Amino acid sequence: MLLSDGDLQAIWLTLRLAGIVTAILFVVGTPVAWWLSRTRSRWKGPIGAVVALPLVLPPSVLGFYLLVAMGPNGPVGQLTASLGLGLLPFTFWGLVVASVFYSFPFMVQPVQNAFESIGERPLEVAATLRASPLDTFFTVALPLAAPGFLTAGILTFAHTVGEFGVVLMIGGNIPGVTRVASVQIYDHVEAMEYADAHRLAAVMLAFSFLVLLSLYAWPRNARGGAGNHG
Amino acid sequence: MDDIAARFQLDWPGFRLDVDLTLPGRGVTALFGHSGSGKTTLLRCIAGLERSRQGFLSFKGEVWQDAQTWLPTYRRPLGYVFQEASLFPHLTVLGNLRYGQKRIAADQRRSLDQAIELLGIGPLLARRPDRLSGGERQRVGIARALAVSPRVLLMDEPLAALDLKRKQEILPYLERLHDALDIPVLYVSHSPDEVARLADHLVAMDGGRVLASGSLGETLARLDLPIRFGEDAGVVLDATVAERDTQWHLARVEFPGGSLWTRDQGQAIGQHVRVRVLARDVSLATQHQEHTSILNLLPGQVDAIADDEHPGLTLVRVRVGESVLLARLTKRSAAALGVAPGQSLWVQVKSVALME
Repeated sequence: MLLSDGDLQAIWLTLRLAGIVTAILFVVGTPVAWWLSRTRSRWKGPIGAVVALPLVLPPSVLGFYLLVAMGPNGPVGQLTASLGLGLLPFTFWGLVVASVFYSFPFMVQPVQNAFESIGERPLEVAATLRASPLDTFFTVALPLAAPGFLTAGILTFAHTVGEFGVVLMIGGNIPGVTRVASVQIYDHVEAMEYADAHRLAAVMLAFSFLVLLSLYAWPRNARGGAGNHG
Repeated sequence: MDDIAARFQLDWPGFRLDVDLTLPGRGVTALFGHSGSGKTTLLRCIAGLERSRQGFLSFKGEVWQDAQTWLPTYRRPLGYVFQEASLFPHLTVLGNLRYGQKRIAADQRRSLDQAIELLGIGPLLARRPDRLSGGERQRVGIARALAVSPRVLLMDEPLAALDLKRKQEILPYLERLHDALDIPVLYVSHSPDEVARLADHLVAMDGGRVLASGSLGETLARLDLPIRFGEDAGVVLDATVAERDTQWHLARVEFPGGSLWTRDQGQAIGQHVRVRVLARDVSLATQHQEHTSILNLLPGQVDAIADDEHPGLTLVRVRVGESVLLARLTKRSAAALGVAPGQSLWVQVKSVALME
């Protein structure tokens, strides 16, 4: 293997981060997507805009606010400190929290689109077949939105793998703790280790290409998401 | 307490529903009207899929909706057939049938066999909905609604999305349902033909209001309503096959007040049939005609006369024994014959449609 131990450690950390963030967002993002797809509330617009914010915000801006919030004087920092969890910045879990915010729209939007494309009819059918709303959600809405979930999972995972600015703001650059692959490449370049940077960059390039190929070459999944990931 | 009382008021932009109805707790009730008449909205209110601001609904004495009560759709003991079958695409035919069946109380659960047999879908059970024809899908949709052992079956134009051939394929199944089910059926339709074939009770709607509600025979014979049926104005008679003429392939059916010859369609003698006589196929004569191709000549008495939708036409209601027929004449012919209420004359029936 041509990759150094440091590179492998960074890749493993990246995959772990992306996997945990994707799992959390499946749980947290799905109810938000469902609400956005069904509500007639006047809050739909503002909430939808907040959800989409990470798509346009510079990662450093998002990272800055999260750093302040999670710091010793921020509300999140005070909460975690009072719970005996310590402070989140410059920890792996701090990265997880930040990435959940950063990748939120990549989960919510494809899932919301999938829910919207189901329409009212299957839900009405389920109601006439004695299914309560919660029952309907799990037995009709989730299965019918499955392609959207696949798209959302892949996009969220890939997007978390590719983040850089937020990681630098929140996590710094601690080997084995917060040094993910994108930061590792940055370090290689800073240290003029262009050959090492090339190898790791090639791995990332191949990964990204394969992810997008899986979305575009499989029409069932491209339908749900390829057009709306910002 | 054996009937369905429904009172709804809905105000939507450009549409208003205002109905106050009592529907029979047995047989097939047709909700008939053009698109936009509010018939589907009324059905959705009864199912709880629309919630009217002011509403009252009781089903055989149980209140489903009033000022304090709102039973959500999934707690109402009904079956609903949508215009497009709307099968769950992620389940097989059997999975669709079982979806509702396993959600009702165990002591009310019945075997799926009856619904599968009634709709003839046994060979389709393992298939996915996207591998079914439109007619097959709709038959599965009906069976799925029956699988919840409903106490009332609501059907929203179940044939409207199908072409003529598929309609002909499904109608016999609906007629079998009519005979086999002991629950009331509310059937939304804009097709006079389906209404004449299937309904026992008729609710005619227009612009969100009820124009008439009554038994099929009485309501079809009302002179203020046939305009709504246009070319299909006519009456339906309950009759019995009395005689079959094998030489000429004809059958004679008896109805209260007389009998009619029609094409023999294989029904056994003694079988109950429904006979539809369209107003355009009925003509009147003041004298008994000897030299005519028309087989059916019945003595009748003019009951009432009304304008038809075309200024040149008139509709005449004629009493034949205990039954009534409608005749569509030109005003010129009516004037030439001197048609007037109470007048006795001969009714000529050119063609009769046998149903069931």
